[in-house]
Amino acid sequence: MQAARADTPAVPAEARSRADARHDAWFRHILRLCALLVLAALLGAALSTLWGGREVLFAHGFHFLGSDAWNPVTDDYGALAPIFGTLVTSLIALVLAVPTSFGIALFLTEIAPNWLRGPVATAIELLASIPSIIYGMWGLFVFVPFMSRIEPALSDTLGRIPLLGRLFQGPPMGLGVLTAGIVLAVMILPFICSVMREVFRTVPTRLKESSYALGSTTWEVVWDIVLPYTRSAVIGGIFLGLGRALGETMAVTFVLGNSYNITSSLLMPGTSISSSIANEFNEAVGTHRSALIALGFLLFVVTFIVLLIARLMLRQLAKREGN
Amino acid sequence: MSASVYARRRAINVVALFLSGCATVLGLVFLAWILWTTLKNGVGAITPRLFTKITAYADQGGLSNAIAGSLIMDVIALLICTPVGVLAGTFLAEYAHRSKLGAAVRFLNDILLSAPSIVLGLFVYVIVVVPMSNLTHGSISFSGIAGAVALALIGLPVIVRTTDEMLQLVPGTLREAALSLGIPQWKMTVQVLMRSAASGIVTGVLLALARLAGETAPLLFTAFGNNFMTLHPLDKMESLPVAIYQYTNDPNPALHAIAWAGALLITLFVLALSLLTRLLFSRKKVHHD
Repeated sequence: MQAARADTPAVPAEARSRADARHDAWFRHILRLCALLVLAALLGAALSTLWGGREVLFAHGFHFLGSDAWNPVTDDYGALAPIFGTLVTSLIALVLAVPTSFGIALFLTEIAPNWLRGPVATAIELLASIPSIIYGMWGLFVFVPFMSRIEPALSDTLGRIPLLGRLFQGPPMGLGVLTAGIVLAVMILPFICSVMREVFRTVPTRLKESSYALGSTTWEVVWDIVLPYTRSAVIGGIFLGLGRALGETMAVTFVLGNSYNITSSLLMPGTSISSSIANEFNEAVGTHRSALIALGFLLFVVTFIVLLIARLMLRQLAKREGN
Repeated sequence: MSASVYARRRAINVVALFLSGCATVLGLVFLAWILWTTLKNGVGAITPRLFTKITAYADQGGLSNAIAGSLIMDVIALLICTPVGVLAGTFLAEYAHRSKLGAAVRFLNDILLSAPSIVLGLFVYVIVVVPMSNLTHGSISFSGIAGAVALALIGLPVIVRTTDEMLQLVPGTLREAALSLGIPQWKMTVQVLMRSAASGIVTGVLLALARLAGETAPLLFTAFGNNFMTLHPLDKMESLPVAIYQYTNDPNPALHAIAWAGALLITLFVLALSLLTRLLFSRKKVHHD
């Protein structure tokens, strides 16, 4: 019975393999098209924001980049204040989040007993899945009042230090650059931490054991063996966190205070690229809207470069792992 | 001399390890603080009218239109990004494993994964909202569809990456076995590889959902918002995150309570999803940073 079926195939074998080859080619084309859509999304995001902001970027690009004015009434726009705010808040976030993530990664890979590692790691990673709007709400309703109680103490202690003290002077409103930086730090902490934890685990055990055998302490092993071994990936993880911090919107919009100031004090309200766009876009028309889209273009370019560096750094480690 | 050096090294070690423990506690404290605040403020504000009344009644209302809008846009977004993402991921894993194009797409997909969502919102505003408004002379501008497209762009890289990684976990012998039976490659990919990686691909979709369900920024200028109930995807559409955003900006404390209730709903949904995927597939390590 089976032999009879094999003798008389419904479709001649040659025609079938031709059809198969055609279907295979189609399938491959569809898959490639979908993969190219990913490229199109990135390219489209860059080009469309460039196009949307052309009125401001092409007509007076240098003025836009170099001016700190932001006046919808006279249609005079400069990107300096939002850029300043974005950079300063992200910098504060990095300064706070990098040592903390390093500490957590160290704890999770070297110190914690095995039964504790899983739950704590999951808890830290949950920080990454909390939506940013929740960070924003918590920031505005809980953390801002908390900061406004802390800030007078900051002004009295750190504010007294010459030079550095200028960073901590101003009215203790709670809203401001420092608060936004701290909220951002909590947000990017799980991203940096998870990269660090993962790359710390790739360090060959025999390297660490050799160091321990020579009498190193845990700290010396981590600082002198683990960290140099994973340096490029750790820097990659930090840049990944920086990329997140630069583009974050909702968490900073509520706590930044939305004021176009460039001041030396971290306690003063400021603005950032993303929060300017979120706050003003729907009320903006004409040149104002174009200026906001142009800000979006700047943000995209900066985060793209930062994330590019991050991925290149991370890839170095992946390559070495493959060898 | 050597004793003092040893004591110093031990002291540095103890201090460093203690600080590392402190950092961990600090991280956990922030997690507990945020979750506790959301729970405390949210539970009290969850009432039946949250699910039955629309936002037009303001502090006498609820969030039913926002919940409906969020569900509609999330589902449409998944319908868009799941097929595209799975196929693109399959391309990376099966067809472009060593090609330059594959390497470039994989690399740029990782960048898209952490690209600022607000810029993706602007992108959709320029390519969907503005042309639609020009074509229809302003009768359709912001729409649920535009919001869904923006969310799909956020979910897409998650699905691409998970599919890529999951397919790479499928043993090569399975491919060889299938191909040696003479079936075409596309059939082998769909019927053998995708089936054996199905649970992983579903994980990717769930992760994407967890990611896009809480997004606010891209919806502000794509779906805009709508105080009335609408199920039509071409209308302006309210969503849970945007409703929370507007209520948080409002000075009225009664609205803050409703916002907290909405925040609790989203947080529970997202945390449940990410815990679920973690528990179900804890063996297969997926990067979704």
